[in-house]
Amino acid sequence: MIRSADGRIGVVWSGLLLAAVLVLPWFKGGALGASALAEGLGGRAWLLPLVAVALAFGALFLLLRDWRIHPAGAALVGAGLVWLILQGFGIGLRGPALPAITALFPAAGAGQPGFGWGAWVAGIALIGALAEVLAARGFCRGERFGALAVVAIVTLLTLFVFFPILKLMSSAFVAPDGTLSAAPFLARITAPDLWSIRCLNGAGRCGVVINSVVLGVLSAGIATALGLALALLVARTDFRMKRLLRAISILPIITPPFVVGVAIIVLFGRTGLVTVEVADWFGMRPTRWVYGLPGILIAQVLAFAPVTFLVILSGLEAINPTLEEASATLGARPVATFRTVTWPLLRPALAAAFLLAFIESLSDFGNPIVLGGSYDVLSTKIFFAVVGAQYDLGQAATLSVLLLALTVAAFWVQTRWLGRASYVTVTGKSDAGLVAPVPPIIRWAAVAAVLPFVAVTVAVYAIVLIGGVVKDIARLEMTPTFGHLWTAFSFEINGRGLQLFGSAWDSMITTLWVSALSAPLTMGVGILTAWLIARQDFAGKRTFEFGTLLSFAIPGTVVGVSYIAAFNVPPIDITGTLWILVICFVFRNMAVGMRAGVAALAQIDRSMEEASQTMGAGGGRVLRDVVLPLIRPAIFTALVYAFVTAMTAVSAVVFLVSARHNMATAYIMGRVENGEYALAIAYSTVLMLVMVACVALMNLAVGRARLGRRTAVTGAA
Amino acid sequence: MTRRFTLIGAAALALLPAGAFAQANELVLYCTVGEEWCRAQSEAFTRETGIKVLMTRKSSGETFAQIKAEAAQPRGDVWWGGTGDPHLQAAQEGLTEEYRSPMLTELQPWAVAQAETSGYRTVGIYAGALGYGYNSTRVTENPPSCWKDLLDPRFKDEIQVANPNSSGTAYTMLATLVQLMGEDEAFAYLKALHANVSQYTKSGSAPIRAAATGETTIGIVFMHDAVAQAVEGAPIVTVAPCEGTGYEVGSMSLIKGGPNPEAARIWYDWALTAKAQEIGATAKSFQVPSNVNAATPPEAPKLADIKLIDYDFAKYGSSEVRTALLARWDAEIGALPK
Repeated sequence: MIRSADGRIGVVWSGLLLAAVLVLPWFKGGALGASALAEGLGGRAWLLPLVAVALAFGALFLLLRDWRIHPAGAALVGAGLVWLILQGFGIGLRGPALPAITALFPAAGAGQPGFGWGAWVAGIALIGALAEVLAARGFCRGERFGALAVVAIVTLLTLFVFFPILKLMSSAFVAPDGTLSAAPFLARITAPDLWSIRCLNGAGRCGVVINSVVLGVLSAGIATALGLALALLVARTDFRMKRLLRAISILPIITPPFVVGVAIIVLFGRTGLVTVEVADWFGMRPTRWVYGLPGILIAQVLAFAPVTFLVILSGLEAINPTLEEASATLGARPVATFRTVTWPLLRPALAAAFLLAFIESLSDFGNPIVLGGSYDVLSTKIFFAVVGAQYDLGQAATLSVLLLALTVAAFWVQTRWLGRASYVTVTGKSDAGLVAPVPPIIRWAAVAAVLPFVAVTVAVYAIVLIGGVVKDIARLEMTPTFGHLWTAFSFEINGRGLQLFGSAWDSMITTLWVSALSAPLTMGVGILTAWLIARQDFAGKRTFEFGTLLSFAIPGTVVGVSYIAAFNVPPIDITGTLWILVICFVFRNMAVGMRAGVAALAQIDRSMEEASQTMGAGGGRVLRDVVLPLIRPAIFTALVYAFVTAMTAVSAVVFLVSARHNMATAYIMGRVENGEYALAIAYSTVLMLVMVACVALMNLAVGRARLGRRTAVTGAA
Repeated sequence: MTRRFTLIGAAALALLPAGAFAQANELVLYCTVGEEWCRAQSEAFTRETGIKVLMTRKSSGETFAQIKAEAAQPRGDVWWGGTGDPHLQAAQEGLTEEYRSPMLTELQPWAVAQAETSGYRTVGIYAGALGYGYNSTRVTENPPSCWKDLLDPRFKDEIQVANPNSSGTAYTMLATLVQLMGEDEAFAYLKALHANVSQYTKSGSAPIRAAATGETTIGIVFMHDAVAQAVEGAPIVTVAPCEGTGYEVGSMSLIKGGPNPEAARIWYDWALTAKAQEIGATAKSFQVPSNVNAATPPEAPKLADIKLIDYDFAKYGSSEVRTALLARWDAEIGALPK
């Protein structure tokens, strides 16, 4: 009885599958009725087996109640999926991948376009049926919703994380004339413009890999030191500017790229306010010192120090003060206590902060492109290989593989450095000790490090604040004007209705759409994954977890290039659409939602879910009615992070935008490249305001957790 | 519950190819003149025809690379503006569509010559001479007036010019020097100039913007770009080099197989009218328009007063010569230490 009810889900899948092959347009851009059946009869005979599978599956469902158990059900679903993939990749836009296919299907020589509605719906229906078949065979302990979620997420990860990366790696082996061999990869990867160290002895330029690593180490080192100073001041002293420091640590998160670089040029460029002032004092000629390593360093340290600060602060606050107290009681001087107790316990936090900043620096794109001058780094080099005049995807792929290797190496070094030492200090025993104030010498060093940082940050954001509403901040023409805002956002109401003429409208609207679409999807995929990892048992769970984290560890530049390599040809031909942007963000940011969800779920006892299940609720219902309301804070975090990242990210986006779907950050980049600083700053300010407003709205909509705590006066429950 | 989730998921996924359907009454424009002019021109076209313009501004080398990369599935309709050489190369490689506009009769001879050279796959829309501009607050005595003056050691790290790989302006300079001096001498000159160049920018007009704010002293650009900065109030003096100089025929092409061919032809014919060509001057672009009836802006450098070389567009716009010159530039100039 239960089985027949369960089997009814077959209506959905067989119905979708039949609609997909009989009615919906099979190919991208096709008309309604240009279905697999019509196309198949019209010559593309390789589509007919799919039609046969759909019809057979429909018949099976009508004839057998237990299609989920019956071997024929599994065979049909498997055959359908395999054929869908084989024909999609076997026959490309301009012909078959292998000449033998033409012998079998003569029409294959003409090629086929990418997947359209029909193909996508057919894929979804087959995946859904596959989950049912697996659940009926005991996968996920027979939990149908769980099985569907696992199969769906594994499919999505394969499609949008693993497949592009594999495709990218294979493009690295493609020679300029299109043949496949290892020689071009070896030639590219050993090129002297990657590895040259001639700059060290002053005889030439260094290779981009050397440049990237030097920049990453310096930037992460300085940012970590600064983060440590900030954390010590906030957690261990009575320093007065604590609130200001915390406020500053939020700013970089909502700051669009490029704008800090522009502000630094206005301050430190050759005609910059500070450069000219200092040059006057010392009677020197102002120079272009800021273009190159120094400029990128300043911009990156400003952006990363707040992040390292937060990481180190949480590490510092987690140290049990009784250890430091014990050290002091035993007669150690403050400096000795700091050196032998506090510092060693901080090592994991320092390593985590350094690693985070190093990886961010490697994938940073906005600052090197504005301030780099002729200091090339990997991310900009990859960009120019793809969108520059010498379009060379093979070169971009090779460099991307290098960048990915550097990132992985950084992770490896971190684990090695931390070793197997124990850093546990918070145990069940009392931790009622007093926090040891830092020794004066360290305190003064910290203040000396932090003051210039605060000064530069305040100056930079002052420029950002006023730069958009004065005539030309670069030339210090300070007449107030709304001209830049009007250029970006002018509109008119006339005979044709509301017309938006401002040049920024298109990118603004696309950005809002992409953010609004990707934020809930990212949250949904992330939280669902978290629930699967925390609450479900299924075969291959470890691999599954690794796959979700991989999507987060890959630098954005690499993701962008891999999406171009994978998705600008059939079957999955989605470059130039809005969806490629949304998908890119969903799979880049889902790991954050997942981490937040796993952490939140770890705090919630399973007994409530088990109670719900005992009373007959299915997996989906438990998730909706019990789990989700309890983890609202995690949902909120995931939503906000996904939304803000979609509005400010640039490294992957610059490869995926098109004339129709341009993003705010790509638009700002164009303005900066063209020297229209005021317009870039004005737009960035608007973007930051929009972000703050949207986050406030989300706060209203999702809100904080409302756990059933009692309040003083309530009505009847 | 399961059903609802699957339906939501199905709906979300099924929307995937939605962007594939092009909307009517649109035009995808690849614009390779100054951003401000691109904006003004698109806006005027939308006002006049009601056709929405989706505009991307890039440098001409980048646009050429993009059109080539998209050749299997073109996403743009019209490539408007930018130096003629990459347009000619695109014509030669069959990336652009042949079209004889009824407006051809109203055009200057050099604009029609551009169309004839390409087999009517491109057409001239404006002309401008190459030169440079210097910041007069930084150069107060002995102002430079020739190409050779730029090699003066006092300008060490004071000159900016674009990278000829991405910028049509810089390629025009490369081709001009080769025609003026001979190929080996031109590369010897560029090698010497390298000591004075602080940065090879991506966009052709970026050097003069840097000179206008004093970030550099000299920017090698088309003269009308230098004039535009001076009109804006920047201390820029425009120089027509004494040895003679080359010029560009800014061009326009229809992209073969673009999504909106009808809108593209409407733009093409409209962009050759006198009225449409007078928009440039309002957006501080002082090129010489190709329509004989269009008023030349008074600020525009007079081509008659400049010593112009007999620029061989057919040769230097051809794929082989262009690729060879750029490869030599990469090997001999781009790879030099800085």
